[in-house]
Amino acid sequence: MSEVRVLVGTRKGAFILTSDGKRTQWDISGPHLGGWELYHLKGSPADPNRLYASQSSGWFGQMIQRSNDGGKTWEAVGNKFVYDGVPGTHQWYDGTPHPWEFKRVWHLEPSLTDPDTVYAGVEDAALFRSVDGGQTWAELSGLRSHGTGPRWAPGAGGMCLHTILLDPSDAGRIYIAISAAGAFRTDDGGKTWRPINRGLHSEHIPDPTAEVGHCVHHIAMHRTRPSVLFMQKHWDVLRSDNAGDLWQEVSGNLPTDFGFVIDVHAHEPETIYVVPIKSDSEHYPPDGKLRVYRSRTGGNEWEALTKGLPDRDCYVNVLRDAMAVDSLDSCGVYFGTTGGQVYASADAGDSWAPIVRDLPAVLSVEVQTLP
Amino acid sequence: MIRVVLPAHLRTLVRVNGEVAVEVAGPATQRSVLDALEASYPVLRGTIRDHVTQQRRPFLRFFACQEDLSHELPDAPLPAPVASGVEPFLIIGAIAGG
Repeated sequence: MSEVRVLVGTRKGAFILTSDGKRTQWDISGPHLGGWELYHLKGSPADPNRLYASQSSGWFGQMIQRSNDGGKTWEAVGNKFVYDGVPGTHQWYDGTPHPWEFKRVWHLEPSLTDPDTVYAGVEDAALFRSVDGGQTWAELSGLRSHGTGPRWAPGAGGMCLHTILLDPSDAGRIYIAISAAGAFRTDDGGKTWRPINRGLHSEHIPDPTAEVGHCVHHIAMHRTRPSVLFMQKHWDVLRSDNAGDLWQEVSGNLPTDFGFVIDVHAHEPETIYVVPIKSDSEHYPPDGKLRVYRSRTGGNEWEALTKGLPDRDCYVNVLRDAMAVDSLDSCGVYFGTTGGQVYASADAGDSWAPIVRDLPAVLSVEVQTLP
Repeated sequence: MIRVVLPAHLRTLVRVNGEVAVEVAGPATQRSVLDALEASYPVLRGTIRDHVTQQRRPFLRFFACQEDLSHELPDAPLPAPVASGVEPFLIIGAIAGG
């Protein structure tokens, strides 16, 4: 019978939640690497027991941990992230030039085919790659140096490269997203990049339709249709049907088009999920009701999913990397909150139940469907 | 041998429970002790001082013999009791944060 393994990164360590395909009884393991911030953990599609974890601390900086046994044991691998050449400057919060400084790894994206190849999205925004299982890292500096970098600026959480999508049908195509710069695409494996932000409209920047400067929160794709992208921006939910060349807003009837997460059903490429969040600055669910919204039409028409979720007095956030889906026949959907709950739905969102309620604030959720 | 006391999280990383001891060739200085420490425990590279600039990470301090040595030059000699192994070189994490 299939098994599901949920990898949870929190402010104070990693937790691994496992269940059989019924997804009703869960075993909770952790904290792993306790006391450190685990921004993200992810398993290799080519070897599911090979996991990578970003472990960081204000005291001791960045570590990368690797597991070869599905998270039972961990070993520290390379943590040297050095920008290629003279890194130059980006915009600071006040608009003045500010030098690029490495702070932490936000997202790790293992290769689809090679367990030893993994990409790291870092703050200050850049993309690194390791081809030796995380021992050494080299920047794909064509992204940072393609020309728009001096106009990038940090969002409230820092200037982070937080989203990395590898195209399953084209090994040369990678999408990434940066707050607050926008989305970018390479078609040659990371040598050259270009912004793909046409159609975005952001009123918090001087030119709302600028080439860069947009606070993209997350992007998702379905593996069978990698040129269709779905984006949760600071405000607005959007889609692109041409690999990011042009975006159109599909916020439709959402109660607020602000949020962080967005994900796609494992078997229905037009079924997508978001968690609307109230903003400016409140960053909790509208009216204290935690609701996932699902669109079965690729956007515009949304339904609130409420069964099993708090319908009052809920003031948590759901951060950008904290939603994932499994690939069982009845698609499972998972998300974690800053209140330490991890919710799961084994029926594509129709009903929800917490797997665990009292973890540290959840930073990321990833799911592995194991044979 | 130079005795070094690491913060708890770094002891976990290097998988030791108590002090560590390192051999230093030449004068005992912050730089030579940290070089020897990182040679013995490569996992510590980048956790105490920056990989490139070699600057002490801002939330760490170096204490010994009831003195704060954090702002001494990296090549300044450490106190004789540290160099002789009588007193440990303490790497301290700030008691800050949530």
